[in-house]
Amino acid sequence: MDKIIMEHGSGGRATGELIDKIFGDCFANDVLSAMEDAAVVDGSGRIAITTDSFVVTPMEFPGGDIGRLSVCGSVNDLLMRGAVPRYITSGFILEEGADIALLRRIVESMAKTAKEAGVIVVAGDTKVVEGNGGIYINTTGVGFVPDGVDIKASGARQGDAIIASGNMGDHHATILSARMGISNRIESDNAPLVEMVQNLLKSGVQVHVLRDVTRGGLGTVLKELSLASGHQFLVEETKIPVSNQVKDFCGLLGLDPLYMGNEGKLIAIVAKEDEEKALEIIRSARYGADACVIGQVLAPLGEGDATPQNSVIMKTRIGGKRVVDVLLGEGLPRIC
Amino acid sequence: MSLTIEEIGKRLGEYEGEEIRIMEVCGSHTAAIARYGVRSILSPKIRLISGPGCPVCVTPTAYVDRLIELASTPKTAVVSFGDLFRVPGSRYSLSEAKGRGADVRMVYAPMDTLKLAVEEPDTTFIFAAVGFETTAPVYTLMLDEIIGKGIGNVKLLTSLKTMPGVLRWLLDSETKIHGFLAPGHVCAITGSEYFAPLAKEYHKPFAVSGFEAEELLIAIYGLVQMIREGRCSVENFYPSVVSAGANEVAVSQLEKYFRVSAAGWRGFGVVEESGLLLKPEYQQYDAGSAGLFEDRKRNKACSCGEILKGEKTPWDCPLFGKACTPQNPQGACMVSYEGSCLAAFSTGGQN
Repeated sequence: MDKIIMEHGSGGRATGELIDKIFGDCFANDVLSAMEDAAVVDGSGRIAITTDSFVVTPMEFPGGDIGRLSVCGSVNDLLMRGAVPRYITSGFILEEGADIALLRRIVESMAKTAKEAGVIVVAGDTKVVEGNGGIYINTTGVGFVPDGVDIKASGARQGDAIIASGNMGDHHATILSARMGISNRIESDNAPLVEMVQNLLKSGVQVHVLRDVTRGGLGTVLKELSLASGHQFLVEETKIPVSNQVKDFCGLLGLDPLYMGNEGKLIAIVAKEDEEKALEIIRSARYGADACVIGQVLAPLGEGDATPQNSVIMKTRIGGKRVVDVLLGEGLPRIC
Repeated sequence: MSLTIEEIGKRLGEYEGEEIRIMEVCGSHTAAIARYGVRSILSPKIRLISGPGCPVCVTPTAYVDRLIELASTPKTAVVSFGDLFRVPGSRYSLSEAKGRGADVRMVYAPMDTLKLAVEEPDTTFIFAAVGFETTAPVYTLMLDEIIGKGIGNVKLLTSLKTMPGVLRWLLDSETKIHGFLAPGHVCAITGSEYFAPLAKEYHKPFAVSGFEAEELLIAIYGLVQMIREGRCSVENFYPSVVSAGANEVAVSQLEKYFRVSAAGWRGFGVVEESGLLLKPEYQQYDAGSAGLFEDRKRNKACSCGEILKGEKTPWDCPLFGKACTPQNPQGACMVSYEGSCLAAFSTGGQN
């Protein structure tokens, strides 16, 4: 049998076989393999919990797949609060006709990514619905926040440096290229940022904010963070890292890298005196080689001409002043 | 003498002469001007005004209504690019109609429609062919395929516009525009000389511009010089892409399938010789595009028409940023990034 049929969701023998052969095999660990109704795991202290669903199309793309994406998404969300990711769950909704070999590849990719990120899959569920071969995944991530760590969206302070951990727009350009049948060498950046964040937190750098730059892109994230902290941000177009390939791709299609989604990039807002050190740590971590300081946190909103309306200013490469807002209108659907 | 971009920017910022009003007539220019903060560099004496160059912005409500009517018909699906989805019709947008059960599909390339048609032979697919001289040749390639492969279940509902007719209409209405930034993409198809008769007849300079920040500054600087010196011709500041003559292949494709017609423009009404319709011999591929002129405002206070003519700025509209926002657009100019209202809204308070 090579396709998913309704019987795979019956809860009977076909379901059991599918779970044993694919999920049990790839995700094997003591907690999951016990096949209990709920996982009982160790942990204490402040718990970070997040959940995310994945509907990307196509399911496999250059640089990744929906399985890797589904682990990175939840793991990175935990990291952005300074948590150490420990456990994830995986819920699958399979449409009738889904290819079993593809499902196997996706689950293997999840297992590999989970291993890289240092998490184990402790619970799972599978349902089958009528449809046309689609595969959808939900993951919930659980991590623990070490004592003394306090990283939150509202943490930016006047004078702080704003760092982007790498090139913007790679994932978005990859998905769009695949959908439009454009061949190029752009690859998705989907990656778990565990090493980068753990090294930052261990170093003693004063990290005030971490935020992964996903759907909505850098512009949306900057605007949200500036409003959350009540401070004006200033960024420079020429300092925002974008690969030449993605620049060309954007030029061709009239896209703005500021509003393109990523799946393995973060914004770190750190104390000014730690700027150099933080940049060096991010650059020497996995997936951080192209990191740049892209701007700084200015005065609180309400002082001078800083208002919620112009809370994020970008100096453009010709010296113009652009007010940055969140992504308005349609983004790219089903990008993650 | 050649100037650096910095010097050009500085000179444009320090300009102190008579007020100069420049209209850009390409939606991609409108979006790029906002994105690079071009207005913030220019002296307040140089004003950029967005013209009727955003394809979805100038599409009348009758066209959207007709698409919705088709999409609500059994075994009929409307296929469109995403930018048309939220454009208001007289009652609903395509997006709202889809939520109410109409069959509307989004594609990234027109040719994807043909794939759908082959996969679902019992459904008639209506492609929403909106655009200017730039996009129209792409639709002719689609027609080549439909006819060549004998695909019987694809039709076009066209809302195709051409630039010179509507610019003539604007100029006849005694607009106070001193010069035009000519659309680089349109000129790539038509050649820059396309605008020469208008420049001569109405004594207005045209500067063909590219879409990068530096290209826009160079073309604006060139246009300011032309206006001050009274040189009423077309100058090409985008020579890497645009030549004086037309792209013969594209133009012969257009002539093969389309005839010049009157067109309905949102906010303007009917403008003679400003549109393209399929020729009578290709009627079987047309889903009823002729005569879609009616244009009923969703909100009476909407100033899209005056804004597209350059008579008002988005800030002059009583709805701007209040009843009309990107989340709840009352007029088409607030829907697309190429629309003057969304461009203005998304870059904050810069006038």
